[in-house]
Amino acid sequence: MNIKENIKTLIIEKPLKLDCGQTISNFPLAYETFGNLNKDKDNAILVCHALTGDQFVTGINPITKKDGWWTYAVGPNKSIDTNKYFVICANVLGGCMGSFGPGHENPKTKKIYGTDFPVITINDIVNAQVNLLDFFGIEKLFSVVGGSMGGMQVLQFVSNFPDKAKTAIPIACTSSHSAQNIAFNELGRQAITADHNWLDGNYNSKNTVPDKGLAVARMAAHITYLSKKGLQEKFGRKLQERDDLKFGFDADFQIESYLRYQGSVFVDRFDANSYLYITRAMDYFDLVKQFNGNLSNAFKNTKTKFFVISFTSDWLYPTQENKEIVIALNAINANVGFVEIESDKGHDSFLLDVPDFLQAVKNFLDKSFLEKL
Amino acid sequence: MKTEYKIIADIIENNSSILDVGCDDGTLMEFLKANKSTNIRGIEISKEKVQICIAKGLTVIEGNAEFDLKQFPNDSFDYVVLGQTLQAFVNPELVIKELLRVGKKAIVTIPNFGHWRVRLNLLIKGTMPITNSLPHKWYNTPNIHMCTIKDFVKFSEIIGFKIYKSLALKNKNISNINNSNLFFKNLFGELGIFLIEK
Repeated sequence: MNIKENIKTLIIEKPLKLDCGQTISNFPLAYETFGNLNKDKDNAILVCHALTGDQFVTGINPITKKDGWWTYAVGPNKSIDTNKYFVICANVLGGCMGSFGPGHENPKTKKIYGTDFPVITINDIVNAQVNLLDFFGIEKLFSVVGGSMGGMQVLQFVSNFPDKAKTAIPIACTSSHSAQNIAFNELGRQAITADHNWLDGNYNSKNTVPDKGLAVARMAAHITYLSKKGLQEKFGRKLQERDDLKFGFDADFQIESYLRYQGSVFVDRFDANSYLYITRAMDYFDLVKQFNGNLSNAFKNTKTKFFVISFTSDWLYPTQENKEIVIALNAINANVGFVEIESDKGHDSFLLDVPDFLQAVKNFLDKSFLEKL
Repeated sequence: MKTEYKIIADIIENNSSILDVGCDDGTLMEFLKANKSTNIRGIEISKEKVQICIAKGLTVIEGNAEFDLKQFPNDSFDYVVLGQTLQAFVNPELVIKELLRVGKKAIVTIPNFGHWRVRLNLLIKGTMPITNSLPHKWYNTPNIHMCTIKDFVKFSEIIGFKIYKSLALKNKNISNINNSNLFFKNLFGELGIFLIEK
């Protein structure tokens, strides 16, 4: 991967105290922008990416040469219209697309951090990102938007910076990672650490990659992003390039072949240790606990206008968990709208071509932009 | 603009906080937002209608008043509006109590099942009445708890809430309902509009 040439980075000099107790400074935060910041600097939208996303939201990702992860939603004339809005997205802290992460060299030891990298949290991620606002001279974002782990960042962002976003769209997310969420993440981490090439996280120094473990982690996670109905409709029991079962353990079924493919392409673009760190950040996310069991208190100082969106077939972050956020906001009379979008595409719905969803985001943003809030 | 909406708007004081329960496509909300107060929210059960409201720039929550009003604290709004939907709830008593808990005041409108046409329909034909304001058949109507203006007045005594204003709408003409004219208003009013308080 020829990362450096294509990546914009902001070096954050200001010390950042992490939740784990360590303080980091002079660290890089990789970011990308789309569209133009207007004269009043009031058209900026911070997009927060999910677990395996990166700053290349839309257009061709210069590293993978594939479409950006949110090309359906972000771009000229799209839901998040880059003709109108200035979109900023940062690679999360702990990530592997240029931001400070476990693949970086520890200046003290001159070795790759690996598992010596500090454990980071959603709170840390958000506190690092807010530096981009200062960098661009943006006093207040027009919106902060994200799905899944991106949605968690949206919630944390508004909680940490109650007057820095006019609107917020947390999508298909939760205010507190559930036991089931943690269980699936642990499955992925165990797959990675069980790979004998993982070498206690020091695979970089030996020029190996725990690609089998990382691929299994991706396969397991990928299942959680889809719905049973979606899988059944797309694959059913269809066989992969064969007329009959082969009575062996090759990929007889299309779904097997599909998952193997998903696993194999993932290892080319993602770092195993980053996967460990970012899933951990998600597991540690518990905004309810942070506010002593009362989620409403997380938002009590904010005037931000919220639009919470969930999907009918999302069983990873189901509607009920999204509604908890709505309930907490209503309990303090915050300005919140909510819709559950009908879709068979599971948790991944927010990344896909789901017209009702894309339209709702567009309508909310375009109308809110004209409002004085 | 429906006369009903104008009457509701006239009752509401400027710059109040308002919750429209069962806000449908947001027509009333838009009208109130433009004329009365920008502090207005809606709750609506239909996804399609919620989408329409969002497209109008309205703040609406997808939800069911029977289950989802409980998330609002006491006295969250100056006014809670329930337009012609009380009869569609499984438990209208609970809904009224919730309206009065969440709102300092509530405005409830009901299609009057005591209207003479409805009565005559049943008397002559012997079948469930179908009128302009009640166009459904008995087996597919969402209106499972129809009541009359008189029923609602009695309901207020049984449940124990106060009616501060009661109006009857007939051919776009509006008139006050009181004890002495209740019989006639219940016979000729097409719609009852009530401002109520705990």
